[in-house]
Amino acid sequence: MNSEVIASTANKARQLNAEEIAEIEHEMTLYPDKKAVGLEALKIVQKHQGWVSDESLLAIAKYLDLPAADLEGVATFFNLVYRQPVGENVILFCDSVSCWIMGCDNMKEHIQNTLGIGFGETSEDGKFTLIPVPCLGGCDRAPVMMVGEELHHNLTPDAIDEIVSKVRS
Amino acid sequence: MTTKPLTKNIDMSRGPLDISAYEAADGYQSLQTIAKGLSPDDVLQKVKDSGLKGRGGAGFPTGLKWSFVPQGENSPQQKYLVVNADEMEPGTFKDRLLMEGDPHLLIEGMLVAAFTIRASKAYIFLRGEYVVAERALNKAIAEAAEKGYLGKNILGTGFDLDIVVHTSAGRYICGEETALLNALEGKRANPRAKPPFPQVSGLWGKPTIVNNVETICNLPSIISYGIDWYHGLTKGSDHGTKLFGISGKVKTPGCWELPLGLPIRQVIEEYGGGMQDGLELRAFLPGGGSTDFMLPEHLDITLDYDEIGKVGSRLATGTMIILDNKTCPVGMIGNLMKFFAHESCGFCTPCRDGLPWVDAIFRELEEGRGSEKDLEILHEHVDYLGPGKTFCALAPGATAPLGSGLRIFKEDFERHITGKCCPYKH
Repeated sequence: MNSEVIASTANKARQLNAEEIAEIEHEMTLYPDKKAVGLEALKIVQKHQGWVSDESLLAIAKYLDLPAADLEGVATFFNLVYRQPVGENVILFCDSVSCWIMGCDNMKEHIQNTLGIGFGETSEDGKFTLIPVPCLGGCDRAPVMMVGEELHHNLTPDAIDEIVSKVRS
Repeated sequence: MTTKPLTKNIDMSRGPLDISAYEAADGYQSLQTIAKGLSPDDVLQKVKDSGLKGRGGAGFPTGLKWSFVPQGENSPQQKYLVVNADEMEPGTFKDRLLMEGDPHLLIEGMLVAAFTIRASKAYIFLRGEYVVAERALNKAIAEAAEKGYLGKNILGTGFDLDIVVHTSAGRYICGEETALLNALEGKRANPRAKPPFPQVSGLWGKPTIVNNVETICNLPSIISYGIDWYHGLTKGSDHGTKLFGISGKVKTPGCWELPLGLPIRQVIEEYGGGMQDGLELRAFLPGGGSTDFMLPEHLDITLDYDEIGKVGSRLATGTMIILDNKTCPVGMIGNLMKFFAHESCGFCTPCRDGLPWVDAIFRELEEGRGSEKDLEILHEHVDYLGPGKTFCALAPGATAPLGSGLRIFKEDFERHITGKCCPYKH
């Protein structure tokens, strides 16, 4: 690890913005203690910042008065909390059993070639991050993937091309 | 009266019914019935009498589960109802339909459950990816609160209820009820030791009932239309209707509400449309990724909890995954093992270390580097990861398709080793 990387894991919290604080405060009314709000707060910050940086994680820990290590334990436990920067659109690609039977391996290859990235990577233009996800509950319309909040089903290479070019334009 | 109490209002070509349309279709009638003078004990007796079993996978009698909640002056006054809406079992797509299609039904069912166990606060633990369901549920909750069906002293009964939708962030283990409670408390979702069971000491140490979405959705009609009507629904030995799904290479995959007790063959052929042209049914998982394989010789068995149990599998979620004769069974099981290895919470050693080992062996087999010794190791893992050897049911769930698959598809495993490749690809 070089000194620059060490410096970037700074132990200095950033300032949460007013919107983030308002949303976290709202969540605090729904649970009997602050610890329960930890995951919600991570998701709120991720919604505003795109991902959860060390500085953001420290800020939430400080705001909720939680040990940062505990919160990091939660953040790294869940598939949908991003501790690295992601592209503008996160693609959640289902590779579970029903999608596999319906040929998602070929779709995976197609989308990886189209975007020029593998799982866990972000395209050069910063538009897409591709992540495998467990069963999305769209098994009767497999193969499926989510782009942002939208579920796309019965994927074919043509359908994937269309989705990708629509987002790019 | 309807024969489809779970899906009568669902039409996915339009949005879900709003509260007035829902009420026009007998919606919230169970709450009105309760307000006219049923006690929590009356409702509990009705749910026991209905014979309803949990629809999340385990099939435990719902009324019996509820009866374990301590009641009376000396019991903790705060009790919780939690709805398990973290649908992530591979091949399972039924709760999504209920929540996107008719969110008020879930809210109404939660009112019945919370009233009975005397919970004033309820959480819906929803999969983070189910954003459409999240919006539909929050809208329904707001409409119900506006009508006075949620909040304080509901319809003058003295019963209070608030419902919060908690969206998770994606981990299969959260479907395990004690892991779910830890997640809801803001902790890593490792399962807890049982006992104490959540019914006695659950969320924040208070008595808590965790029920699956579909289980809860059964409740309104049991109260509104009565036990005799409910008992008239089934074609078999278990009561009520159930959502059944079929995925894989059938002509018309989908999810349908059907009476319990229909023969499997009828569901696959009439509803699933039979196998796609040129394909034959090789085997199927009857209720999601953690059930034992069943074979064509089992097609005349009926879809009942006990009947399927008799041949060594489980009805579980009721969503069947079909394996055809041109898809590699070793590849299919390997896909499931990758899933279970990834979703292990890492808390106990057999699961954390065993499942990745199993997964690695399947990759070796797929790439033609497998050996006889690997098969031995897989067989050993069916034992090492089986029921009673791990902290929770995740790894034993994985051994269901693994153990049954090793037995049924022995020849296919052998061919991967002797032919040094996947015979379905070459």
